[in-house]
Amino acid sequence: MEISHAHQEINITPALQARIDELLSHYPADKRKSALLPVLHEVQDAHDNWLSIPLQDKVAEIIGIKPIEVYEVVTFYTMYNSKPIGKYMLEFCRTSCCSIRGAENLMDYTCNKLGVKEGEVTPDGLFQVVGVECLGACGYAPMLQLGDFYKEKLDPEKVDALIEDCRAGKIDLHKLTITQ
Amino acid sequence: MGQKILLEHANVPGIKTYEVYRKHGGYRSVEKALKSMTPDEVVEEVKTSGLRGRGGAGFPTGMKWSFIDKKSGKPRHLVCNADESEPGTFKDRYLMEYIPHLLIEGMITSSYALGCNLSYIYIRGEYMWVFRILENAIKEAYAAGWLGKNIMGTGWDLDLHVHCGAGAYICGEETALIESLEGKRGNPRIKPPFPAVSGLWANPTVVNNVESISAVPWIVNNTGAEYAKIGIGRSTGTKLFSASGHCKNPGVYEIDMGMTVDEFMNSDEYLGGMMNDRPLKGLIPGGSSVPILPAHLIYKTAAGEDRLMTYESLADGGFATGSSLGSGGFIVYNDTTCVVRNTWNFSRFYHHESCGQCSPCREGTGWMEKVLHRIETGHGREEDIDLLWDIQRKIEGNTICPLGDAAAWPVAAAIRHFRDEFEYHIRFPEKIKNRDHFVDEPFEKVRHLVAKQAVI
Repeated sequence: MEISHAHQEINITPALQARIDELLSHYPADKRKSALLPVLHEVQDAHDNWLSIPLQDKVAEIIGIKPIEVYEVVTFYTMYNSKPIGKYMLEFCRTSCCSIRGAENLMDYTCNKLGVKEGEVTPDGLFQVVGVECLGACGYAPMLQLGDFYKEKLDPEKVDALIEDCRAGKIDLHKLTITQ
Repeated sequence: MGQKILLEHANVPGIKTYEVYRKHGGYRSVEKALKSMTPDEVVEEVKTSGLRGRGGAGFPTGMKWSFIDKKSGKPRHLVCNADESEPGTFKDRYLMEYIPHLLIEGMITSSYALGCNLSYIYIRGEYMWVFRILENAIKEAYAAGWLGKNIMGTGWDLDLHVHCGAGAYICGEETALIESLEGKRGNPRIKPPFPAVSGLWANPTVVNNVESISAVPWIVNNTGAEYAKIGIGRSTGTKLFSASGHCKNPGVYEIDMGMTVDEFMNSDEYLGGMMNDRPLKGLIPGGSSVPILPAHLIYKTAAGEDRLMTYESLADGGFATGSSLGSGGFIVYNDTTCVVRNTWNFSRFYHHESCGQCSPCREGTGWMEKVLHRIETGHGREEDIDLLWDIQRKIEGNTICPLGDAAAWPVAAAIRHFRDEFEYHIRFPEKIKNRDHFVDEPFEKVRHLVAKQAVI
């Protein structure tokens, strides 16, 4: 496992603890480990989208399992980040359907615009561009994931607008309003 | 225009909310099942319907239900497989995002049939906004009394929760999904025992796809016999297809089983033909793991029959001249598509997604990716095509779960039907190195060039 030495402030707020307790209640009392994946998502969202080793240890303590059981999961699943990432991680799908509809060109465009190579974080820490495998939006290609949401049928103009919205602080990575 | 069983109310404003869903007949199947049917009678209706698993395997759903161990005395569980991650497939997301209560209604009715008191919807982690939509809908269902204790005064209790994965395609395999739901790495289990005997927490468990469970309310409301009248032969009912690639109208469509591939591809009501009217080069009818078909085998089978949108017709001829309905991920490729590059792209996907438990899959998928990459980039060797063929054969059938097969079949089909394109890459490396893959121009007429080279 790649270990990051970056410092991370651990802050299990009452609201976060309440959400964790709610998730734990979804499983039998003797099966608390089942809540591990959902709990990790919540903890990661509340900690700048990454999970340091001390934070993973804290999750193990909260759930009541061994730290190694958390490490195994964090290193297996791609959505957990074990080192700091850009605040706005632009995850471009590059699998077949997106690829043939221009995903790689759009990734190149975005990297050039931000002055980074794939995987790098911009010096201001705001953006990171990565290629990921199929996101299940094949009919709406090319697309990217940003936080909890998909941005689909993209072109350079839409990417420009998205980047500007991020810079202007208009993008909420996790808040969903169910309007209908 | 066919019947709309799953998407009938998809465009109704506000259908995501309980109130509107209920006004449009929602939760009637729960009422009917709990008030007037025994669990076994619900199972029988599903058996009669001929409904087959819509996740890709196509196993009869009612029969799968009848395998659940009722004698052990252990709690039973229904788990909905919403870990939709197969390239080309995005239909389940559509159902959950636009009509979340349909799946919840199906989960309640199906849980009643199976005698479950605790059920889960396991959704891929990337669909986080859909996860939150489902969470909200489940809360509404609890508030309305369709979930919780003593539902409709029958004494039957059911808790239902949505559980999110974290970015692993392998968790779409039912035993890997169960491992993941137990809070572990998604490593598939050796079968037997099958989940129906020992699944979640070693309890009897049924794992069904979103689309399969969403069909149950209609079957219960209208009878299995009525459902079986739709479609052809053993391909009963309607099916969702998710279309992508170089077609005019990509998206999710519900069709009666049995429509011709030609009508689905070319009528304005569905895909509307080819984007920019370019020629059709190949097509994958059921998601990335099923074989690609070349243009001459798409509308007609090798025997010259019309190719139909059914399990049987799409598979006609076996893998030599047919493919599979799979999950209904319908990917269309025009003449600009480089088959070698696309096959390499798929191999990269399967290598990335292999859990690493079995050597043939862990090592073989990476090996195929490397060989395909060097062919694609103009560094291929004469023996590479036979090498690829050999590797995929050694993976197929030699792994704990079907991911190995899923990785092998696209490579085999690409070589089987487009071998000349691989040969072209190897014999004309300079043309490959200089080719810009991202411009809208046709891939060269490789048959002609390969033939010419052979004469020289």
